[in-house]
Amino acid sequence: MSELASESSTRRSARSAEVAPRAAAGGATFLGTPAFPIAAKAALADAQLRRNLAHATGTIRGKRAAVVAEVANWEELRLAGAALKDRTLRHLDTYLTQLETALTKAGATVHWARDAAEANRIVVDIARGHGTDEVVKVKSMATVEIGLNEALADAGITAWETDLAELIVQLGHDLPSHILVPAIHRNRSEVREIFLREMGRAGRPAPPDLTDNPADLAAAAREHLREKFLRAKVAVSGANFAVAETGTLAVVESEGNGRMCLTLPEVLISVVGIEKLVPTWADLDVFLQLLPRSSTGERMNPYTSMWSGVTPGDGPQEVHVVLLDNGRTDVLADEVGRQALRCIRCSACLNVCPVYERTGGHSYGSVYPGPIGAILTPMLRGVGHDEQVDSLPYASSLCGACFEVCPVRIDIPEVLVHLRSQVVDAHRGRPSLQGAAMKAASWMFGTSARTAAAEKLSGLGSRVLDRTVRRRAPGGRRALGSLPWPVSAWSDARDTPVPPPESFRAWWSRTDGGRR
Amino acid sequence: MNARDAILARVRTALRDVPRDETPADVEVPRPPAPVLPDRVELFAERVADYKATVVRCTPAELPERLAEALHGVARLLVPTDLPAELHPAGPELVEDTPLPVTALDAVDGVLTTARLGIAETGTIVLDHGPGQGRRAATLVPDLHVCVVRTDQVVTGVPDAVAALDPHRPQTWISGPSATSDIELDRVEGVHGPRTLRVLLVG
Amino acid sequence: MTVGLLVTCINDALFPDTGRAVVTLLRRLGVDVDFPAAQTCCGQPMVNTGYLDEAVPLLRNHLEAFAGYEAVVVPSGSCAGSVRHQHRLVAQRCGDPGLVRAVEQAPPAYELTEYLVDVLGVVDVGAYFPHRVTYHPTCHSLRMLRVGDRPRRLLEAVRGLRLVELPAADECCGFGGTFAVKNADTSVAMGSDKARHVRETQAEVLVAGDNSCLMHIGGILSRERSGVRVMHLAEVLASTEAVIDEPAQPTAGSAAASAEASRTDGPPRAPRPAGAIR
Repeated sequence: MSELASESSTRRSARSAEVAPRAAAGGATFLGTPAFPIAAKAALADAQLRRNLAHATGTIRGKRAAVVAEVANWEELRLAGAALKDRTLRHLDTYLTQLETALTKAGATVHWARDAAEANRIVVDIARGHGTDEVVKVKSMATVEIGLNEALADAGITAWETDLAELIVQLGHDLPSHILVPAIHRNRSEVREIFLREMGRAGRPAPPDLTDNPADLAAAAREHLREKFLRAKVAVSGANFAVAETGTLAVVESEGNGRMCLTLPEVLISVVGIEKLVPTWADLDVFLQLLPRSSTGERMNPYTSMWSGVTPGDGPQEVHVVLLDNGRTDVLADEVGRQALRCIRCSACLNVCPVYERTGGHSYGSVYPGPIGAILTPMLRGVGHDEQVDSLPYASSLCGACFEVCPVRIDIPEVLVHLRSQVVDAHRGRPSLQGAAMKAASWMFGTSARTAAAEKLSGLGSRVLDRTVRRRAPGGRRALGSLPWPVSAWSDARDTPVPPPESFRAWWSRTDGGRR
Repeated sequence: MNARDAILARVRTALRDVPRDETPADVEVPRPPAPVLPDRVELFAERVADYKATVVRCTPAELPERLAEALHGVARLLVPTDLPAELHPAGPELVEDTPLPVTALDAVDGVLTTARLGIAETGTIVLDHGPGQGRRAATLVPDLHVCVVRTDQVVTGVPDAVAALDPHRPQTWISGPSATSDIELDRVEGVHGPRTLRVLLVG
Repeated sequence: MTVGLLVTCINDALFPDTGRAVVTLLRRLGVDVDFPAAQTCCGQPMVNTGYLDEAVPLLRNHLEAFAGYEAVVVPSGSCAGSVRHQHRLVAQRCGDPGLVRAVEQAPPAYELTEYLVDVLGVVDVGAYFPHRVTYHPTCHSLRMLRVGDRPRRLLEAVRGLRLVELPAADECCGFGGTFAVKNADTSVAMGSDKARHVRETQAEVLVAGDNSCLMHIGGILSRERSGVRVMHLAEVLASTEAVIDEPAQPTAGSAAASAEASRTDGPPRAPRPAGAIR
């Protein structure tokens, strides 16, 4: 696992970089992203990004709310989804071996990968074995996490992303910023520019009179990718679900690029995180109800493909499944944090998150942005080694909107607080302003006598301020404007009420609770 | 230790808190009641149409005429080799998928198939690529998909469909034409799969 | 039987009028309310920043201070949430089974509106507040405690009060405790959007159940010279006469009013600050 040097510069993202950015070795995080507050500050200053995100997340929030409201037993479905995932996770060893048996019986080859490097090596070796210099790819978070495209490129194999948003990200030498809609930070005119500039270098060029109408942009992607689909020998996918009982893999998609990759090439390699399992075929019904409504805000996504190994005469006749750990067993070992592995990557938490909506996905410096990323990334990578990773559990106001919409009831705020304590514990013994403040507060609030003494001091101060401060907040209370560091973090944009001359405690004891 | 054994060992270590005698069945899973919905055939037609697919209801006697209308302008029509003869339309040249190379699939005007079942609640057609449904590529590469669904094949919700289906068969669940919302979350119908879906609901 | 007022550390030190308003209100409704002087802070700031060990002495102190009361009433959604949801975690982590038991046996803690509506069964508390008001449901009251429409029902029953809908009401204001300084830029971006929605309502007063959030939104509204003031819900519910007579007249929450309340003799001058004890 590489140590990332945290930059103090405020580079917005690698979008301006000459070369395509890379995932850090070991995966999950992107090299060169500064700690969250610094990355967020730069993103907040990007007015276009703010507009793109507010529009996009606002739209999808509305759609989700409407289709969820249609389902009378939504809360029961959530409970069922959470319980099914818990059952799987608590007995993951049983289910993994069951899945392996079922897949093998169905004619698939099962591989196991401890980490990103091992998974990449397996995929590269299979592709090389078929003498191909290209693969087509279905959108897959796991393959972004392990940096598969880069590993293939190093082996002289081009990986063509075929999901429209992944194509936009790939052609734009960019990083994904959303789990479901990786190019959510781009608007239509930016996409048009990217297509006109880059498509010709990667294959069929975009028509020169291309407009920025989404339908035209989608048509250009259809034309551009068609030749690649029709000639590809090897495809790489992830999976939304893997059924232990039957060896069935499911891919949930909209565009048909998934079906193209899963159906036309001779060889199919699926990289599947070990948390993707569900026990039985019957259990899928719960998730096929929860996922589309939570994710795209549709009753059902246009296409869901399911396959169990090899089907003679139909689709790929050579099927590989790579079961990926890459830190997932570390998450599993955390009894509080384990619930993050229930995640079905719907992205509902991103779309309701007020922090994500303002900072965008790149600020999280990880393939998993937003609330789920703020808990998943630190657990996959481990805390206490890296300033950027350690800043993620704090990238939340703990408002709880994410937990409310999570289809598998991951209590993200609970895990965030839990991870904060892990970050603090990892740093114990290192001096910090925050640590000193918390220790001082803990001492002061340890007894009411100390609290009262501190309040007396503040009351004395307030009598002085009462004579010197002229600024008043609406309602008449005196207020302080900008103040020096370290209070400036608060006061640069917010007035502060002058403390009252008498605390509640002092008033109560002086007046016997107002009776005197 | 090989990767398989290493990962399984890590999993077991990670789950030290799980009592040794606990079985998967001990983790209780509440099963939500199945949805109760009004007339499922009506609802199916409504919800398929919501995806900007065309839905035409007809009796078996009207089917040939409705088929001809749905296939208007189609010169070369791909059909599975085992498509029931009563569904063979008059008019277009029928191209049997024997199986053909992919480039040949790309050169027809449309494809006609039956379905395994329909789901009312979500407006979904499920193919398990059995008789009359063609292999997976056949309903993917052509730009028009005309699908015949019988009213007695329509089930109420997703749980009914999952219960009726065989997991060992490949499956394609289709809800409207291919679509994307990847640009500004503005939904556009028609990307890589068939850009037009016409459903004939017979019964 | 007596209820204990958990006034919260921020109200104790910075917003004593809120505490006085709760006392006024509960006594008016016939409740015997006491302030256990041993109380300090529930420990939420430490827990939410990750300093669970530092929260343990505060938890012990809190449990001792409130032992024996029939119930605990808290004029803060986030502190009530902390007592109800976090205390057990802190106790479990420190590995003292006695402390876990003490948390389990502690008296029930109610956020103020829960206590009024659910325990006392009151919606009309006899308040008078002739102003245009908008209400911000704070995240912890909304999503952690699920107080639902209780605050709204209480406000709608206040005579003279005109309640206007706050756009995007359920979106976080961005305070978030230490988030406000650790991620100040994002926090202020969220707060500025909240302030903009408040201004859109053209309300005179923004009301909420948490002074911490109000300090953040109010700090932005004040910096913007918006003219919109912020008030804790308890102060509105305790009001029985107009509190904003003239713009220049200092009122509840102002240093002048507090100073007046701190004089030991003589009746307070009119206009009486909201929540003044009579």
